[in-house]
Amino acid sequence: MSEGTRLENANPVIFQRSGERVQTASEEDEDVHDPIDDREIFDILSINDPEHPLSLEELNVVEQVRVKVNDAENTVGVEFTPTIPHCSMATLIGLSIKVKLLRSLPDRFKIDVCITPGTHASEEAVNKQLADKERVAAALENASLLEVVNQCLSTRSI
Amino acid sequence: MAAESTLALSLVEEFVSGLQDSKAKDAAKGVKDGKFTVLQLVEALGSSLTSSQPHTRARGVHLLSEVLQECYGDLTEREVEVLIAFYENRLKDHYVVTPPVLKGLKALTKCTNLPPGSAVSMLRSVFQDIHVQVRLSYCTFKLKGLGADFVFGFVQSMDGERDPRNLLLAFQIAKNLIHGGYDLGKFTEELFEVTSCYFPIDFSPPPNDPHGITREELVQALRAVLTGTPKFAEFLLPLLIEKLDSDVQSAKLDSLQTLVRNSCLAVCLQLKQELTGLWTSVRREVFQTSSEKIESAGLAALTALTSCLSRSVLSSDSEDSLSTFLDFILKDCKHHLCEPDLKLVWPSAKLLQAACSASTRASHIITVAVMPSLLEQYNNRTQCSHRRTLLEVVQRFIHSVKNCQSSDNDESVLLAFREALCSIVFSALSESNSSLQITATSVLTSLAQQAGLLVESDIELALDHLTRLLLTEEDDRVSLAVVECAGALAQLHPALVITKLIPKLKKEMFTGKLLKISRILSTGTHTSMRQRCLSALAAVSIQPSVVQESTPVLLEVLRSAHTGNLAKKMLFLFIGVCLQIQRALPKCVFVSVFFFFVNAFDLFAQCRAYFLMRCVWLPFRLAGQTASRAVSLFLDGDVSFLPDNSFPSHMQLLKVFVKYRLQVEVPQIDKLLSALEEMSCACSHPLSYTSAAKCFAGLVNKKPQGDSLDSCACPQVAKALLLRYHPLFTTLTDKLFSLLDDADLGPMAADGFSLLMSDSTDVLNRACHADVRIMYRQRFFSENSAKLVQGFNAAPQEKKPNYLKALSNIVNKLPKQVQVTELPALLSLLLEALSCPDQDIHLSTLSCLEPVLVNPPQVLIQQLEALINRLLALISSPAMSVRIASLSCISTLSHFPVLPFRARVLRALAKPLDDKKRLVRREAVQARGEWFLLGSPGGR
Repeated sequence: MSEGTRLENANPVIFQRSGERVQTASEEDEDVHDPIDDREIFDILSINDPEHPLSLEELNVVEQVRVKVNDAENTVGVEFTPTIPHCSMATLIGLSIKVKLLRSLPDRFKIDVCITPGTHASEEAVNKQLADKERVAAALENASLLEVVNQCLSTRSI
Repeated sequence: MAAESTLALSLVEEFVSGLQDSKAKDAAKGVKDGKFTVLQLVEALGSSLTSSQPHTRARGVHLLSEVLQECYGDLTEREVEVLIAFYENRLKDHYVVTPPVLKGLKALTKCTNLPPGSAVSMLRSVFQDIHVQVRLSYCTFKLKGLGADFVFGFVQSMDGERDPRNLLLAFQIAKNLIHGGYDLGKFTEELFEVTSCYFPIDFSPPPNDPHGITREELVQALRAVLTGTPKFAEFLLPLLIEKLDSDVQSAKLDSLQTLVRNSCLAVCLQLKQELTGLWTSVRREVFQTSSEKIESAGLAALTALTSCLSRSVLSSDSEDSLSTFLDFILKDCKHHLCEPDLKLVWPSAKLLQAACSASTRASHIITVAVMPSLLEQYNNRTQCSHRRTLLEVVQRFIHSVKNCQSSDNDESVLLAFREALCSIVFSALSESNSSLQITATSVLTSLAQQAGLLVESDIELALDHLTRLLLTEEDDRVSLAVVECAGALAQLHPALVITKLIPKLKKEMFTGKLLKISRILSTGTHTSMRQRCLSALAAVSIQPSVVQESTPVLLEVLRSAHTGNLAKKMLFLFIGVCLQIQRALPKCVFVSVFFFFVNAFDLFAQCRAYFLMRCVWLPFRLAGQTASRAVSLFLDGDVSFLPDNSFPSHMQLLKVFVKYRLQVEVPQIDKLLSALEEMSCACSHPLSYTSAAKCFAGLVNKKPQGDSLDSCACPQVAKALLLRYHPLFTTLTDKLFSLLDDADLGPMAADGFSLLMSDSTDVLNRACHADVRIMYRQRFFSENSAKLVQGFNAAPQEKKPNYLKALSNIVNKLPKQVQVTELPALLSLLLEALSCPDQDIHLSTLSCLEPVLVNPPQVLIQQLEALINRLLALISSPAMSVRIASLSCISTLSHFPVLPFRARVLRALAKPLDDKKRLVRREAVQARGEWFLLGSPGGR
């Protein structure tokens, strides 16, 4: 999708990746129940950017502070920040995040993906599209759209 | 006759015009066999020798020379004369003719019946006409009769030579001339001139020099010429002095080194002014030293000169040149010694010592002259630094006197000064200044190293002083010097050391103990004092008789100090001592040390182990001794009534010697083995019986091949045998296999396989000299996998897990690359293993499977359905690690043609997404993500 056309943001600011999650003793204990927490969701979201050979984390599109999870109430909320206010990829990025979460989380969770307030020109329209179950399902029926989403979600081998 | 000349003619024709080199041989053969004479050959050569073409002439001469080289012995005197005349004439010819001419001349010189005078004329024409200096090599005739003429010719031909190759050759010829006894005659000076003009050699080889001639080679060759004959000496000395006075460093160095080499100088050293000149130059070099090299070369030259002079034979009317020379030296240097704060003390002392060390006579003269004034100086000075300098000078003198002393029983030069020397040393030792004390001890060391100098009372006094310093002095450097000095004393006077020093040290170490607490509380003095005493003991333990005395003391110290840091420190020190004295150690002492350790090992477990480890490196004789001791202790000792907890330490002891090398014969091995076996089977104490089994295994591994070893089925022993491919090993494995069917022992036997395949860390490894063959695991696997499969198929359902466990234990320890190739055969068994109830089996099987899945064999593809079913079942295993392993296997499987399973797997993977363990969830997310991409656009 990005090929052939000029990149909208050719030279983005790159952020330091947070390190691997430190494994604790309780995680290795068979009997302890580990609740799903913000960091775990954040780790799931190691998604590739559609335009750049970088992860969303490195572009600061997703941040751990903007990931909210409540294991008990079965809700997950993710806010993402497009790199520029006119980014045309915003919908695609949101869709990728949503699909990744759908595939990686148990059914019980209600997943809410939206743009960080005040960071995008057409924030409202994008949020509305992402919240609409039918439209997300329809988008995933579209083979070319699904292809781009899958590319974002495949593990990169560098 | 006609036939003969035609033969010669045809040969000549073929050689000269046909350029066939082999014809020269034929011609020579013809002459030898008498087919034609040399004269006929010359006649046949006629036309080619007179040809207008120089190359044809050269070719003709070449043939003649070749023939002459072969048959110079058959020529008559007349023929030789004619030929020489011919060749001399030819030398004037074109230069291309010259090489074969020279060759021919060379051949002619070998003739036995050379006409008198012909050699002279030959050489004369050679020297006259040959301009190319490369031809110098032809001068190496052995013609003594030539004498002066030849030398003159040589001198002329070498004059002005520049090529290093020719120079090297020329120097060698000159050396041969000198050594060969040629009569140099009136040309001695000329020969010297022509060679010495190259001195000192100033040559730096060009980079990439193809001839590889170095400056050093030239220097050596020239030096050999110049110092080769006494006749050169009178010319050489002024030259050397002149070069010494020059400013060029390398010239100075070279002259000094030449001086050192020159053993013929003495002849002309009678000449007084030359001696003075030399002495002045050398003194200047040492006094105004600019480089260490020149200084040491100067000192060496002085020593060489002096020893040269000492050897010179005196004629009745001449004065003693040695004493004259030494008088110069003393006159110039002695007064410097009287001014200890001046800079020139050390150079003068060095010069004097250099002269002193040259010969006994010189040392006599110099010591007698210098020593009294030095001693007097010392007594008059009050400043410590002055005294120290003086002492150091004295020490150097003692040292140089020692160097020149011959081995016969001459009275020492210093004997006259013994008393005075001792008194200043002892007075210095009683000073409080530590550097003075150190110097004094080193003087004492030097004195002590001279046999027959010090008398008993001196040594006793010295030992008293040393003991006092050892016990009271805090300075580390002082005690180090004292310890060293004590060692030197012990070398020559062991008896006194035994009677005086050791008892005192012993007394101090043990009576000091009463004060221990208060001292340690205040300063910790006692500890360091003890350490000093110990190191002194170690230092004196260099003679066997001393060792015999000192070891009991050391042991006693050890016994009395068995706790805390102090003990540890001392033990390490002691071990150092032991290792040091082992060289001189009598057997009985070693045994007593060893017994001490054996008997006291409750106290010093660590130390003992360390020490015994050291024993391993002892010669086998001693190793055998300790082994037999350990065995008898174990077998006959008080094992039975020792408390239980000391048992493992016995084992420890035993284990140490199990680590002996293969060659060590362990005594009573059968008895030991049976005792160990009984213990490993009957003992209830777990640590004891495992270590007993380990020791047993270690011994069995080393036991000579062919002994009967069929009594035990313990896996440890099996492993010992496996490691070395013992033939009896199969019976043991069969036994283990049969145990798998046993209801009670089955699981344990299966675990035994894990032991068999794993690396042992304590006894059965290479570090303990176990006999470990390469690839023993692969071997075991290839021999027994079939048996295992067979046994599994035959076994009743409830016994099958044992086999599976054994299998997964074996496979798990195999190297990965072997696993990958071997697994397909065992796949059905492994799949079976995945469905049996044991979690450990699951885990080890999964860990075997995973690397195989990366590159799956065809067999596996056919069994995908079964594999996926089993893996999905394991996702809900109670063990977290099993869940993780199976999920990771499933993730890897997504690379296969598994599209038909996609929906099923995705559904099954939804469940572990909500697993209670985060690590499992992470693996599940990974696996599910991979499977989602399968068959989807943009995925795989």
